[in-house]
Amino acid sequence: MAELIAKTPCEGLLPLTVGGVSLTEENPGVMTVVAPFRGREAALAQAMRAAHGVAFPAPNRSAVRAGARAIWFGRGQALLVGPEPDPSLAEHAALTDQSDAWALVRIEGERVEDVLARLVPVDLRVRLFKRGHTARTLIGHMAGSVTRVGPRAFQLIVFRSMAATLVHEVRTAMEAIAARGVLEG
Amino acid sequence: MRIPCPICGERDRREFYYKGAAVALDRPGPDAGEAAWDAYVYLRENPAGRTRELWYHEGGCGAWLVVTRDTVSHEIFGAELAGEADV
Repeated sequence: MAELIAKTPCEGLLPLTVGGVSLTEENPGVMTVVAPFRGREAALAQAMRAAHGVAFPAPNRSAVRAGARAIWFGRGQALLVGPEPDPSLAEHAALTDQSDAWALVRIEGERVEDVLARLVPVDLRVRLFKRGHTARTLIGHMAGSVTRVGPRAFQLIVFRSMAATLVHEVRTAMEAIAARGVLEG
Repeated sequence: MRIPCPICGERDRREFYYKGAAVALDRPGPDAGEAAWDAYVYLRENPAGRTRELWYHEGGCGAWLVVTRDTVSHEIFGAELAGEADV
């Protein structure tokens, strides 16, 4: 009988540090897309708050509490990251387990905004894009999710099948920013 | 060129996929006759100026939008959700 060995999306590719910016994989556990049924948004928000401590996020926002992160994930969708979704949510929303579908990475460092500015067509400077702000946007040519999780840290999510491309794109941007840093002294 | 998505806010044109004139919102009834269906499927205006178009926010929230744009200046006058747009 063959024994299957689970691999994370970025296994063998990360961690990586270039020019003071680090890229690491996060293994957040369960990932569930929560899509409220029509007219049930308020009831869902209440159920999510009761069960997981985080409400259904408004567009472009995310919330985190006690290991549960709710990220706005598109029109009428949120990604619940961390816990197994409480069964009470299923009364108000379609729940889809997508734990193995996405690659999650954390990028952190002094010049992280400069690195991401090369890849993401959204202004991510902290003045406009604060902790907890999120965007469904492009990362290079990939559709993905970008969330600020700290003063110099972001979480990036792309399809699992694009994990290697993500690492390649981000590494290239990190190397370019590091090279400019050397030139500028 | 930037498009003001009603859900995400103003975003770069790269995030959007262009579909074409917003005629798809005005689908004729099954009994509308050959002329109406011929016009719906094949005939398009080629305006120089203000026009209504369907764009898909593919690299964003996934909403279909009706965008009003000037084909000469590329000025964007506004965008609304296709599901809520007047035909």
